[in-house]
Amino acid sequence: MENMSATKTQEEQWMVQNQVFRIYDLVCQLPPHAQSVNFELRRDNHIEYLIKSLKQLGPNFAVLDANRPWLCYWIIHSIALLGDCVDDKLENDVIEFLQRCQDPNGGYGGGPGQMPHLATTYAAINTLITVGGHKSLSSINREKLYDFLLRMKDTSGGFRMHDGGEVDVRACYTAISVAGVLNILDDRLIQNAGDYIVSCQTYEGGIAGEPGSEAHGGYTFCGLAAMVLINEVNRLDLPALTNWVVFRQGVECGFQGRTNKLVDGCYSFWQGGVAAIIQRLRLVVSEQMGLPNTSNFDSRTESDNDSSDSDGDQSSEGASSPANDSCQPIQKGKSNDSPRIGVNNNGYNFIRGPIGMRPIFNSMALQQYILLCSQEEAGFRDKPGKRRDHYHTCYVLSGLSICQYSNIKEADSPPLPRDVMGPYSNLLEPVHPLYNIVLDKFYEAYEFFARS
Amino acid sequence: MSEQAVEEESGRIPISQRPEWADVRPVPQDDGPNPVVPIAYTDDFSETMDYFRAVYLADERSTRALQLTKEAIYLNSGNYTVWQFRRLILEALNVDLREELHFVEQITRDNSKNYQIWHHRRWVAEKLGTHVATQELEFTREIFSQDAKNYHAWSHRQWVLQALGGWEDELAYCDELLEDDIFNNSAWNQRYFVVTRSPILGGLEAMRDSEVAYAIKAILTKPENESPWRYLRGLYKNDVKSLGNDPRVGSVCLDVLMDKRDYVHALNMVLDLLCHHYQPSNELKNAIDALSPDPTPSDSDLIQRVCSILQLVDPIRANYWEWRKTTVPAQD
Repeated sequence: MENMSATKTQEEQWMVQNQVFRIYDLVCQLPPHAQSVNFELRRDNHIEYLIKSLKQLGPNFAVLDANRPWLCYWIIHSIALLGDCVDDKLENDVIEFLQRCQDPNGGYGGGPGQMPHLATTYAAINTLITVGGHKSLSSINREKLYDFLLRMKDTSGGFRMHDGGEVDVRACYTAISVAGVLNILDDRLIQNAGDYIVSCQTYEGGIAGEPGSEAHGGYTFCGLAAMVLINEVNRLDLPALTNWVVFRQGVECGFQGRTNKLVDGCYSFWQGGVAAIIQRLRLVVSEQMGLPNTSNFDSRTESDNDSSDSDGDQSSEGASSPANDSCQPIQKGKSNDSPRIGVNNNGYNFIRGPIGMRPIFNSMALQQYILLCSQEEAGFRDKPGKRRDHYHTCYVLSGLSICQYSNIKEADSPPLPRDVMGPYSNLLEPVHPLYNIVLDKFYEAYEFFARS
Repeated sequence: MSEQAVEEESGRIPISQRPEWADVRPVPQDDGPNPVVPIAYTDDFSETMDYFRAVYLADERSTRALQLTKEAIYLNSGNYTVWQFRRLILEALNVDLREELHFVEQITRDNSKNYQIWHHRRWVAEKLGTHVATQELEFTREIFSQDAKNYHAWSHRQWVLQALGGWEDELAYCDELLEDDIFNNSAWNQRYFVVTRSPILGGLEAMRDSEVAYAIKAILTKPENESPWRYLRGLYKNDVKSLGNDPRVGSVCLDVLMDKRDYVHALNMVLDLLCHHYQPSNELKNAIDALSPDPTPSDSDLIQRVCSILQLVDPIRANYWEWRKTTVPAQD
């Protein structure tokens, strides 16, 4: 018998989508000038909100007392996306503060004196790279950090967040991302991490936090980015993942995190970032879809490293089962050597390589959701009716940047005005989609750590 | 904040005035002269954390330290250092962990979306062993009555089932949740988990037939509901050939297409089948043609036609359907 009454999921969905549609209708009915004002990025307001928070936070923030490097990253990265930076003194204060969060035995904690934690380590490293400059980059104790990462390695191949902490895909990503960008990624860290991540891809196509859990935008980003960084992305079922991610964009124009959940601005980056990464994996995706070899169009960037004996043939495996459960030993027999040049170049080669696919999601729709529904007078929010916060400001802006650059043909080329919703002055800085660091700062760090 | 926390706070005696703490010298946070993201802590927060740092640095695994971690957790349940130190104390003092479950329960009612709480609960439940399985399943059930899609709670439940057992009623529980809200994708995911991993159901092979029927029934009720479509596809994971060979699959697609509404997921499935060399029936071809904007479709290829329809009726994914047109595998 058919249910006549709406379920809870439907009720909540309709409430949100009606609220969103009302906003779109209202803006639609405005006279042209007032309408275009609504599509403007309130850049100065956002910057003011961010800088203020960097200098002082109220007592309510005590619940984030173990996330202070995250607050630094959300704020500093947002400011960088907006094309601005903080003054020298404030930059120096950021470096000094994070120095106090750095554990003498490696890694960064949530505040001074706290245990090192992978997530706050990721946040601290990304912040320091975004600040940039010699003092900032050389404040990172990479040898100790490597030891910390190795201590966090779990027998499953995954990582745990902290000593005695939980093992999940987030931990894999933060560990691998940090190691990759600092040029300390090696076989010991990579060992079996791919097995763990592959085991988290669900029947829906997306990736879950742990084996058996539900496919989720945040974990899908983490899993996919980590797999690219360790050069094992072909082990994921990419056609299924792609189909899942494009279905996460809904009638509200924004992304939801999971099937039949509500839209949330932060997924502009988590899901939008997944889409941006897939755009650069054309050959692997094509292969998995059983397409004839079309490699003269573009070439896979990841194979461009020194481990061609084990990796180069990945692209010629043909249409075999994409979700290959067998565990291939990666770069075997090289564990005593330094394989660093190869694996650690993955992030760089990935961004320098061609973008083989046009956007697979609706960039204009997402920009509309971001500008009209997520944007507040200052800062960004999850959805209408919610309040702004630094987390959403960071990930909504990151998603907006992904959208604006989604149609470019290669890294470093500017987007066309038609790809940027609102005035062209809305344009943000581009990000590296695997690390979520603004591109210029990524290059600077890449060069810095390649030398040392 | 929980009632107890409020009570404790309002009637709170500063630690510096408690005789049992007289010998401890609080350790202030080393924020430096010019900290960024400085938090205007309340006096209670600062004092509690200053004393916490003192016992943490001294590695004092004592009853009073245990009590202090509780106070610190009430102030910020996201402080993983406090939780981790608490675990060390619990182990050292050999405390009755059943009480610990109650404590976690209180905290969870304040904030059920926090990694630390659930990780701690897993640790406690693991120590207590199989006899808390029922209690743990009951606890997550209570959480789901408020928030049926709580991600942490679902992870915990799956862990409980795998580590401590209690699979007997799990499929019935999925039925119950889906009956209540057929759109609850977490419940569908749990169903897949049970069907593929329960030690008493015989695995996916044994369950596939009845599960296909279950998914199809749900689809026919609400064809716009993506969850049962993905579930159905998942029942034939890595084996699209068999998916196409199950006549019920083609038939449900046909039914939904003939109904001419909410058929995006049906077409998505048809497209998937066609890309894996599925031979569509004439009925299915006709149903697709009937949806085509062009009465005499110029796209001779059925796959192209399906993509064209999708581009039109599912504009948010127009780019994706356009791309799918270009990724048709060589047909033999």
